Amino acid sequence: MAPELQQVWALLEAVTDPEIPVVSIRELGILRDIRSRDGELEVVITPTYSGCPAMGQIEDDVRAALQAHGLAARVVTQLAPAWTTDWMTESARTRLREYGIAPPHTLAASNVIRFATKSVAQHALPAVACPRCGSENTTETSHFGSTACKALYRCLDCMEPFDLFKPH
Amino acid sequence: MNAHTDYLLHLADNALVLGQRNAEWCGHGPILEEDIALANMSLDLIGQARLLYQHAAALMSDGATEAVTEDALAYFRDAAEFRNYTLLELPHHGALAPGAAAERDYATTIARNFLYSALMVLLWEALQSSHDAQLAAIAAKSLKEAHYHLRHSRDWLVRLGDGTAESHARAQAALNHLMPYAQEFWTPSAMETAASADATGVATATLQAAWNTLVDDALLEATLARPPAGGYIPQGKKGLHSEHLSYLLGEMQGLARQHPEATW
Repeated sequence: MAPELQQVWALLEAVTDPEIPVVSIRELGILRDIRSRDGELEVVITPTYSGCPAMGQIEDDVRAALQAHGLAARVVTQLAPAWTTDWMTESARTRLREYGIAPPHTLAASNVIRFATKSVAQHALPAVACPRCGSENTTETSHFGSTACKALYRCLDCMEPFDLFKPH
Repeated sequence: MNAHTDYLLHLADNALVLGQRNAEWCGHGPILEEDIALANMSLDLIGQARLLYQHAAALMSDGATEAVTEDALAYFRDAAEFRNYTLLELPHHGALAPGAAAERDYATTIARNFLYSALMVLLWEALQSSHDAQLAAIAAKSLKEAHYHLRHSRDWLVRLGDGTAESHARAQAALNHLMPYAQEFWTPSAMETAASADATGVATATLQAAWNTLVDDALLEATLARPPAGGYIPQGKKGLHSEHLSYLLGEMQGLARQHPEATW
């Protein structure tokens, strides 16, 4: 990789998700590519969910981070391949847990309901460990949480509510 | 008349109109978790609509003297230009005498979301092979979201149907009211026929058997009876809407039309 592109990757390491400020957009899999096209720097990002309201902010943050070092880039949004939580790095998973958000299972392990032909109760959902006490004695309160990418859970041992980053 | 962009607008209008309708529950949900769930799903739908409008706008701007924008498509078209299914514009309650008003009924909301998301998991799945690469990308993205929506509405349909006598009666009434509107899914319009002929779109009739399986399986578990098919077939996707769409658009488009190009 060209040294100037390496420098941009390093600079953008400081850009975090506006809603989860402990992980960078690279670790979340939102930052897809940095390339040079016709002498112009191009930064490729992908939305997590179609309606993710943070995308505009992320674009601005990318531009601002580069501008602070005298660089300008075109920010391109690319939809395919569709974002998946499987792209999330191990470091992001650890950081999420420390932040109080249970990290997602990999899609293969999470038995994602392709066609929801059975009620939620009938699915053998994988155990979600409470990010506070580690107990797997937890239950889903709601599949929809404070942001599109999270579900609401509750620990039945320490009784604390917590967020799960949904496998997607 | 361009079948390709009309088809994209049909998909976009479906998502936008249902997203706007369901957002009416924001701050009024029956319980906090459902309030949040409906807002989440509206956000998904409006996000899907935006991607589709942006794509349609780019195609329509190509070679045009004036650029078309996603906002122009969402805010500056009138009811007769909208191509959404009539099912999606109906208020959150059953049929009423003209001028009558009623409280929002959650069973109606759930039954509608169920009928629509059961279609969309099948349609997005099929549209992943669209010859329009951008539409295929939008389909792959929206499919994941449609699964959540189906899971949510199916789960609640079972809870309401197999719940108390009151919740069962209301779920059955909602289904009886809405099921005939689903007939519109299967009657092809010229725009859909043209779009499926060149493999941009998918003929929804090919999905009907799979949809019936999804629906019948859920109704069985919910102890609800499937209302008989028949009667008037709505034609919202041809621009012939119920009286409810213009009120919905009036609220949604009012600000943009009073203050064109306002930013915040």
